Amino acid sequence: MKRRDFISKGLGAAALAGAALSIPFNNKLFGNPFSPLPPFPSSPLLPYDLVAIKGGEPEEMFDMAIKALGGMTNFVQKGQTVVVKPNIGWDVTPERAANTNPKLVKRVVEHCMQAGAKQVYVFDNTCDKWDRCYANSGIEKAVKDAGGTMVPGHAESYYQTVDIPQGKKLKKAKVHELVLQSDVFINIPVLKHHSGAKLTIAMKNLMGVVWDRMYWHRNDLQQCIADYATFEKKPTLNIIDAYRVMMKNGPRGVSEADVSLMKSQIVSADMVAADAAAAKIFGQEPEDIGHIALADEMGVGVMSLDKLNIHRVIL
Amino acid sequence: MMRNHWLKKLRVILSLFFFVVISALFLDFTEKAVKSVLHAVVHFQFIPSILQFIATLAPLAMGFVIIILLTLLFGRVYCSTLCPLGTLQDIFHFMNRKLAPRRKGFKFKKPMNWLRYGITGLVILSLLTGSILMLNILDPFSAFGKISHNMFRPLFILGNNIAAKTLNSHGHYFLLPEQWISVNKAALALALAWTLLLVILAVTRGRLYCNTVCPVGTVLGILSRASLYRISLDQSVCNSCGKCSAVCKAECIDPKKQELDFSRCVGCMNCLSPCPDGGVHFVFAWNMKKTGMESPDFSKRKFLKETGLALTGSVIAGPVALAQNNGKKEVIKASVPVIREHPVTPPGSLGQARFNSLCTACHLCVSACPTHVLQPSYFSYGLNGFLQPRMDYITSFCNFECTLCGDVCPTGAILPLKRVDKQLIQLGKAHFVKENCIVYTDHTDCGACSEHCPTKAVDMVPYLGRLRIPEVTENICIGCGACEYACPTDPKSIYVEGNPVHLQADKPEEEALEGEIDYQEDFPF
Repeated sequence: MKRRDFISKGLGAAALAGAALSIPFNNKLFGNPFSPLPPFPSSPLLPYDLVAIKGGEPEEMFDMAIKALGGMTNFVQKGQTVVVKPNIGWDVTPERAANTNPKLVKRVVEHCMQAGAKQVYVFDNTCDKWDRCYANSGIEKAVKDAGGTMVPGHAESYYQTVDIPQGKKLKKAKVHELVLQSDVFINIPVLKHHSGAKLTIAMKNLMGVVWDRMYWHRNDLQQCIADYATFEKKPTLNIIDAYRVMMKNGPRGVSEADVSLMKSQIVSADMVAADAAAAKIFGQEPEDIGHIALADEMGVGVMSLDKLNIHRVIL
Repeated sequence: MMRNHWLKKLRVILSLFFFVVISALFLDFTEKAVKSVLHAVVHFQFIPSILQFIATLAPLAMGFVIIILLTLLFGRVYCSTLCPLGTLQDIFHFMNRKLAPRRKGFKFKKPMNWLRYGITGLVILSLLTGSILMLNILDPFSAFGKISHNMFRPLFILGNNIAAKTLNSHGHYFLLPEQWISVNKAALALALAWTLLLVILAVTRGRLYCNTVCPVGTVLGILSRASLYRISLDQSVCNSCGKCSAVCKAECIDPKKQELDFSRCVGCMNCLSPCPDGGVHFVFAWNMKKTGMESPDFSKRKFLKETGLALTGSVIAGPVALAQNNGKKEVIKASVPVIREHPVTPPGSLGQARFNSLCTACHLCVSACPTHVLQPSYFSYGLNGFLQPRMDYITSFCNFECTLCGDVCPTGAILPLKRVDKQLIQLGKAHFVKENCIVYTDHTDCGACSEHCPTKAVDMVPYLGRLRIPEVTENICIGCGACEYACPTDPKSIYVEGNPVHLQADKPEEEALEGEIDYQEDFPF
């Protein structure tokens, strides 16, 4: 180990230990030690606000989309830790489209590794039993094959309380520690019908990085989804899987008859824009989806797609 | 010091094998053990196997016949190899001997016949009156299960979670924490009391428990009076030195009279090697007289009478118990009261009365249940169903794809089901209580119940403005409890009312989506 490495690592460890020690005191007396957090390094000026692509396989569409945005190196620097958040909520097979397509997750992890990521962590706070979801979604294997690490999200001990100062209904949330600690946060939702929130896309997918989802349901679901989207640790990149799309009976689905093969993908650093575009693909107006309209109002992102610089690709 | 006899070595190896495998079934939380072929060992537990045979009449449920044959051949080898509770006592005794090595050896004691036949008689009597409660407490496998699940497993998980937390915080994820489920206090109390009893008896009197309390020990003891191979003292060489008696955990060798009470012998084979004159043998009984050994008495009428009574008792008890149902109402604290008339029994149990009559509360299904929805009850089923598992929808909900409880149940109280069949068995029906629902009280979106529903029996239908409110389609509801678990209100706005007898649900209709997709069409933005 070089001396400089030793010093920097030592300092890092000391800082971590200090933070860990200070948690019990800080939480009650001085507010949360993780807030305010250093925001993710702001992305370099991207050539497009949003890339919409369709007609191909998940992997090739992502290859083209990320190339159009300047490559993964625009988002992931060498030696950084990355946390990837697909939707792995349900114990169903990939054909049911209740979870993010494992092929897409695999390709995203591969791009992160190629960009020089030190570690790529993947997790979800699932609805069905977590280990069954991880295995039967095909995502566990995909991530391992790509060199990433599946991490658990099923124990409260992984979650740390943060403040959401701009939240209207959701003022605090317990967020998975890896989201708070990682350098890069990549959100890979799957576009689906949703019986509660109407649609589940990028912002709704972030419900899977928090512990107490019941609170959201109890306290104005749509507002809470928008509130959490104001939290400063926003996704660096949102990749919406609309290859197979569950058109009804969401978010779990009942059978493959609920699924339409749309072969589409949306990639954007702006969650609201990504959700608006995905809603349009689904056949809904963004302003009709409560949390999209609310997040737009709260300034999280831009819902009006005509104001954006969009790159459209049809394969 | 003589080397141990090979039969004793075999006994130790077999007993440890079964003990480790059965313990693994109760401790493992990764589904690996219960999904492996290893779980077949539970079919060779005496009482569960008899119950399973009554429940299914399946030829594969005849493990108890093999145990009876083994006993008729070799005596109570079951007690020293297959029975995990027996091995647990041996482990207590072994540990005590290591910790306090100067302890004196065992001495011959007279059998406590009034206790052993009394307890077994009571078990049979209570079965005849339709109560499985005594078997629930006294069946050695179920007692071991309750101890393993309610005492050892929480300790195991605690240790795992501490280790996992340390490892995870250093970026290693090969060990993961397991969800902590609060232990059923009654089950824990019973497990603690039983462990204390076993420790005291094992340390002071070896296998006294097996020769007084355990009904399986008593029944097999009666059968072993007719065993073909048995331990015998060679009176032509015996000088009553008592070395064999000192290692006899069953306290059944009387060196003075040069006799051995084989009905109490648990077949541990400890006595074979200590005899300085080689006078203790495990031999074919018909040869005994010729060699001047103590001869067995095959002619006792008691044998037939008691065997017959024990077996018919078990056979009659099942159907009789079917008629019994002491269900109690479960009250969820409520402002708009939510009262469950019938507790929900696991899929494969077919209904409450049948389940209550066959389950001995070994808690193997509770250990195996990946979502932890199966939890020991207190008195949801009444006193006779004490600690029998129920579907606890506050703790979790039943995984749609899972059939593990039926796969592992050793008594047939929960029958194995194919996945497709399980997905159509209706355990109960979801009931919607509009007055408690967020959409009704707060006019905000929720839909948590509908979200989790695997059949969309709970769907969201138009309400005020853009709001949608739950609606239940009962015929496709399977009563899995996902809606009740997910419901964020207290009291719940949706809950599952158990079906006393499970029903068949309809398969949800599959409507094909309309319209073709043109992949060359422009984006809608």
